[in-house]
Amino acid sequence: MIAFDNVAYNYGGGELLSEVSLRLAPGSFHFLTGPSGAGKSTLLKLAYAELLPTAGHVTIFDKDVRSLGRNDVALTRRRIGVVHQDVQFLDHLPLAANVSLPLTVSGKQGNPRDLTDLLQWVGLGKLADALPPSLSGGERQRAALARAIIMGPDVILADEPTGNLDWEMSLRLLTLLAELNRMGKTILVATHDLNLIRQAKAQVAARVLRIRNRRIQLAGADL
Amino acid sequence: MIASFQALLFSDRAADRVVPPTGHTAWLTTFTAAAMTFLAVFALALSLASGRLAARWSEALANTATIRISAPADQMQQQTDAVLAVLSGTPGIASSRALTNDEQKALLAPWFGPDLPVEALPLPRLIEVTETGEGYDSEGLRQRLLAEAPGAVLDDHTRWRRPLATAAARLNLLGGLSIVLIGATMAAMITLAANAALAANAQVIRVLRLVGAQDDYIAAAFVRRFTLRAVAGSAIGAALGLVGVFLLPPVDEAGGFLTGLGFQGTGWLLPLLLPPIAGAVALIATRAAAFRKLREVQ
Repeated sequence: MIAFDNVAYNYGGGELLSEVSLRLAPGSFHFLTGPSGAGKSTLLKLAYAELLPTAGHVTIFDKDVRSLGRNDVALTRRRIGVVHQDVQFLDHLPLAANVSLPLTVSGKQGNPRDLTDLLQWVGLGKLADALPPSLSGGERQRAALARAIIMGPDVILADEPTGNLDWEMSLRLLTLLAELNRMGKTILVATHDLNLIRQAKAQVAARVLRIRNRRIQLAGADL
Repeated sequence: MIASFQALLFSDRAADRVVPPTGHTAWLTTFTAAAMTFLAVFALALSLASGRLAARWSEALANTATIRISAPADQMQQQTDAVLAVLSGTPGIASSRALTNDEQKALLAPWFGPDLPVEALPLPRLIEVTETGEGYDSEGLRQRLLAEAPGAVLDDHTRWRRPLATAAARLNLLGGLSIVLIGATMAAMITLAANAALAANAQVIRVLRLVGAQDDYIAAAFVRRFTLRAVAGSAIGAALGLVGVFLLPPVDEAGGFLTGLGFQGTGWLLPLLLPPIAGAVALIATRAAAFRKLREVQ
């Protein structure tokens, strides 16, 4: 699905990531952890081509990101669902329109029934007409997850999806991600919440990756 | 570009809704297009009128000359006959005739009123000369007139015609230049408005890119909004401009320089071309601004 081959990334002067190699196999579940500023968000941005590596190769669906034109990047992102910590919506559109935005921009006519089912699945069935500014942090995160999966993406990338949520809401979101993984979706979650990772291991067979000293490594039993 | 035209022709309400209402920038576009088109209508009227004026002055004066005879009253008729005789034998002269008292009276009426006693005044006699296409030898004619009618002076209109025709041609050029400048100003204003709207919606653009929107889709949403507003504003400006030109004083009242300022015949249809031109200007300006902004977002 997505592969990093000896990837490095520089922000201005300093090197943030170095010699990063990893493969997200279809149907896999990965956590990516590390201290704040370690480069978790940067690695995710590299994985959906918002950033280009300064060295090495990032391959998305068997295509090197450097070979992708702007339209190719847009088409690729339709196969990748992204959930940000500071989830961004179009504040002038109601929740249902925001969630179905990936369908709208790709010219697809979504089934209203499917949209209703999806909103109910993430527990937002009664908030379809609400405007994003009126939603709580947890509601926004779940709406972001609904938007990320409405196109039936192959991969879901989540950057600190539980960062603004209480423990109960975090578990609920984790359960939704685990369900998606059981449906066959490839999932990568960046988080610094080790308790969440420990909790997840009871639900899914997840591998935990850690960024340390600019390099990525498989986390062991210390978690 | 084709996608932008398609987006204009085939409205996609869902696509239109992804861009939030652009508030004052949209009104600025409408107002700018209206004001600029209003001015363009007058520039167009000026350009067309000066073009007609240049042609008319050139044609009216090009093949004619005037001979003025100043002589004592008892010699006036004799010298007039002598001049007409010289003219009739001069190659390149198609016809010649002495103006009647009534015609001279009409020429002087704007300055002295209609009751001027022409007969009582020592006015020179005027002879109107019309050339053939080949023209005549003006210097040779002057020499012969000096010999046959010492009081006759040939005026071949050159000293009038050239500056008038030049001035009218310059006016015509200035009118055209004004239209170009107005179009450029409108493009600049719409670009500024579009840039302001795009900057205010940077977050919207980032979200749209994140969920897989292609550049054409995002640009079209902005282009359509600004182009339609420019066309609507321009239509209002063109209508107001046409009313303004229509209400200009008629030729016989205005006279002088303003003679003929306005549109004639099918010329009245020309301002109707301005709204589509404004739309094209807005489309190109907004599309260029949108793609510049989009390149800042991966």
